[in-house]
Amino acid sequence: MFSGFMMNTWIVASIVALVAGVVGFFTVLRGSAFVAHAVPQGAFAGAAAASLLGMNTLLGLGVFALAAGLGIGVLGRSGRHDVVTALALVVMLGLGALFLSRSVEYAPEIYSLLFGEVLGVSRSQVAPTSVLALVCIAGVLLVYRPLMTVSVVPEIAEARGLSVYRMEMLFLVLVALATSMTVPVVGALLMFSLMIGPAAAARSLTDRPLVAMTLSVVLALLTVWLAIAASYLSNWPVGFFVGALGALSYGMARGWLFLRKPLTRSGAITPGGALGT
Amino acid sequence: MGQMSTLVFAPGFFHSGAVGVAVAVGGAVAVVSACVGVFTVIRGQSFAGHALSDVATTGGSGAFVLGVSPLTGYVVLGLAAAAAMDLVGIQRARGRDVATGIVLGAGLGLSALFLYFDTTMRATTGATMTILFGSMFAISSSTIPLIAVLAAVALGVTALVYRPLMLSSLDQEIARAAGVPVRLVGVLYLLGLAIAVALSAVTIGAILSTALLVGPAATALRISRRPATALALASLIGVGSVWLGIVLAYDSFYWPPRGHGWPVSFFVVTLVFVFYLFTEARVLHRLARSRAALARLAARFAVHRQARIQAGG
Amino acid sequence: MPGPGASDAQSDPGARDPVLEVEGISVSLGGREVLGEVSFYLLPGQLTGLIGPNGAGKTTLMRVILGLQAPTAGRVTLAGRPHSSGRRPAGYVPQKVVLDPDMPMRARDLVALGIDGHRFGIPLPSRSRRQAVEEMLEAVDALHLADQRVGRLSGGEQQRVLIAHALVSRPSIILLDEPLASLDLRSEQEVVSLLARIAERQKIAVLISAHEMNPLLPVMDRIVYVAGGRAASGTTEEVVTTEVLSSLYGQHVDVLHVHDRIVVVAGADPGREPRSGA
Ligand SMILES: Nc1ncnc2c1ncn2[C@@H]1O[C@H](COP(=O)(O)OP(=O)(O)O)[C@@H](O)[C@H]1O
Ligand SMILES: [Mg+2]
Repeated sequence: MFSGFMMNTWIVASIVALVAGVVGFFTVLRGSAFVAHAVPQGAFAGAAAASLLGMNTLLGLGVFALAAGLGIGVLGRSGRHDVVTALALVVMLGLGALFLSRSVEYAPEIYSLLFGEVLGVSRSQVAPTSVLALVCIAGVLLVYRPLMTVSVVPEIAEARGLSVYRMEMLFLVLVALATSMTVPVVGALLMFSLMIGPAAAARSLTDRPLVAMTLSVVLALLTVWLAIAASYLSNWPVGFFVGALGALSYGMARGWLFLRKPLTRSGAITPGGALGT
Repeated sequence: MGQMSTLVFAPGFFHSGAVGVAVAVGGAVAVVSACVGVFTVIRGQSFAGHALSDVATTGGSGAFVLGVSPLTGYVVLGLAAAAAMDLVGIQRARGRDVATGIVLGAGLGLSALFLYFDTTMRATTGATMTILFGSMFAISSSTIPLIAVLAAVALGVTALVYRPLMLSSLDQEIARAAGVPVRLVGVLYLLGLAIAVALSAVTIGAILSTALLVGPAATALRISRRPATALALASLIGVGSVWLGIVLAYDSFYWPPRGHGWPVSFFVVTLVFVFYLFTEARVLHRLARSRAALARLAARFAVHRQARIQAGG
Repeated sequence: MPGPGASDAQSDPGARDPVLEVEGISVSLGGREVLGEVSFYLLPGQLTGLIGPNGAGKTTLMRVILGLQAPTAGRVTLAGRPHSSGRRPAGYVPQKVVLDPDMPMRARDLVALGIDGHRFGIPLPSRSRRQAVEEMLEAVDALHLADQRVGRLSGGEQQRVLIAHALVSRPSIILLDEPLASLDLRSEQEVVSLLARIAERQKIAVLISAHEMNPLLPVMDRIVYVAGGRAASGTTEEVVTTEVLSSLYGQHVDVLHVHDRIVVVAGADPGREPRSGA
């Protein structure tokens, strides 16, 4: 399980989990799960296009992910966010259908782009994934506070001179970046599970934002490691385990929250305000 | 006149059985999707609608494994996913998208597993493609009765709860105060949505399912705020996009490079999106008509004219 | 209405300069003039009520002051300088803030965002920031809420945390949009006296909008009354009179004093439509 070619898998998958945990934290905080689903799946169409034209798949992924993200941001100014996201997604997939209809020997490669090919990560994937991951994580940490302000109290943020629209665009670019690097590994469909499940679980476990982000990374790492091990042993697709573990950790965290709630509630009873003093 | 029509409809269009089925089924699915979709958009459940179609495809791949009819798989898993979504709290606005995402993630994981079994047990790599993209020209005419029944059920459920649903979609509190069983109405609607989505996913593919559910309805709601008008308009846009898409896809067999058709889903999605962009242009136009912009334009025009007059001497 | 100078000398011998001046502001929204020729000013340490019926343009006026809405005419001067689109020394508590109860964020985290929420980088632990946050929570009587999840607090508690968030960057003005709406009677009195205390102790100008002036009567230094797209400002005795309000509403209204309360009623003759009287 830890032989030479599997080492690449462990390294790259850990990097992917790191990014998914960090970006996923903000995705869940902002209620952008649909975007996290649409951008990777739309980007899959770009990968199909690139493989058809004989170009670098990563490039196709990047271009389509950016187009989907920025398109959602621009159209979202005047339209409803979920509607615009759905439309951006189907347009990308429609293009994907067009490109795929032109290609002949697509099926296995497309399957892996959709569902991930974690066990066959090559050495050449390590360097670009690391670079993209670094850029992505540095980006999130750099805009952590303004992004947080804009996500939590948008009106106040605007009044303080922060542009909600610009921060939104920036966030979408970060999602696109995260997508481009993770889709070849965990696949378009399950990259999204990795972003949502751990982050959603993490926020049930703690009240502190930075701790929640860290927990989200930890849970994402655990999910990926367990999924790879299980996939290696059972030969079943890694995507299945990622999806199942995501749902499981979310369910467990909700259960924990449910059990803990009575405690918090009694602690939340506040002494009556002695304001007149 | 005859020449005109061969320009638009490539030879054989009206004699092809596959085209006939596609036109009939596509039209019916478009109407059902548009009507259900108006509520989906008003309720802000586009993500749920899309997720249901993705999870329904899981049923499709499961059906391949079990050897039952794909439509059965689609409907069964579609309904199961709808139930799961209701359980995790999709009806509340808060945390809705995360709940949807968790169900979708689990469904997609299952999908991966089923497809893996498909490919290892039966070596049918085509399953992935069929499920994701569907094919309008490959609808077997034997499924038509079942499709018709499901379409009627979806429309019937929506019609049944039309008024309480509209009320609770616009404002839950008011609806509850008026004695509407908001939860029950929501669940019934979700069932209708699941059936409509499963139906369109199995016939025309998961992509088109979402496109037809959200696109025409959103476009119509931006043109008209009146529910009845929006329903009619959405159906019109949906049917128009599907039929025009079928014509173009059929014609594309004769486009260079000859003999290689373009997929229907590409055309339909593009048409749906273009219709939506028209309303975007309308919205932008309305913005540009605001007084400030007009004043700026007028000022710029005056400067231009001044310059021209001076240049002209 | 008296000009800035007159009222200034009268009510405050220290002759402080206004921190904010609004001069001849007009705003059109959707092709309709919502506000026309609105002028008033705010003094440090004073609590001003921005009173008017629903839809009068109170929120719009606050958005103009904050630079979120461009006026069609007029200007806003902050501390003697025309305000630019950059960061302004005004705290803001919007009318409706929805804080997700699922969000992992404590009251102290939200207040801390008020200090450096616009800066790049992640927040590193800092003793001075922690102190500033706790001082401010203390000032709004919310220190005991510091470690609670902010989304799970009650409406009144969230309000106090948001006030701390707005004050923690030490602005010279704080704008509160309908802070009393959806509060019960006791929380209402608590918030009102809290704001009066803050204005006095921290010497900042407080502008509170409300559709009901009575809760503010005991603490309000000045009033800006908006109705019918126009505004009148001054002390309560100057502004809340039958003559001034009738001219604002464009119809006859009566100002009645009942015990300690003021009631504004339209159309004294109950058999007559208010509008037909004009
Ligand atoms: N974006 C907008 N477009 C058109 N009209 C608007 C817009 N925002 C507010 N208005 C109108 O401006 C008026 C003043 O609104 P507002 O400032 O919110 O009132 P208040 O806060 O006093 O209740 C209302 O009649 C409202 O309908
Ligand atoms: Mg208001």
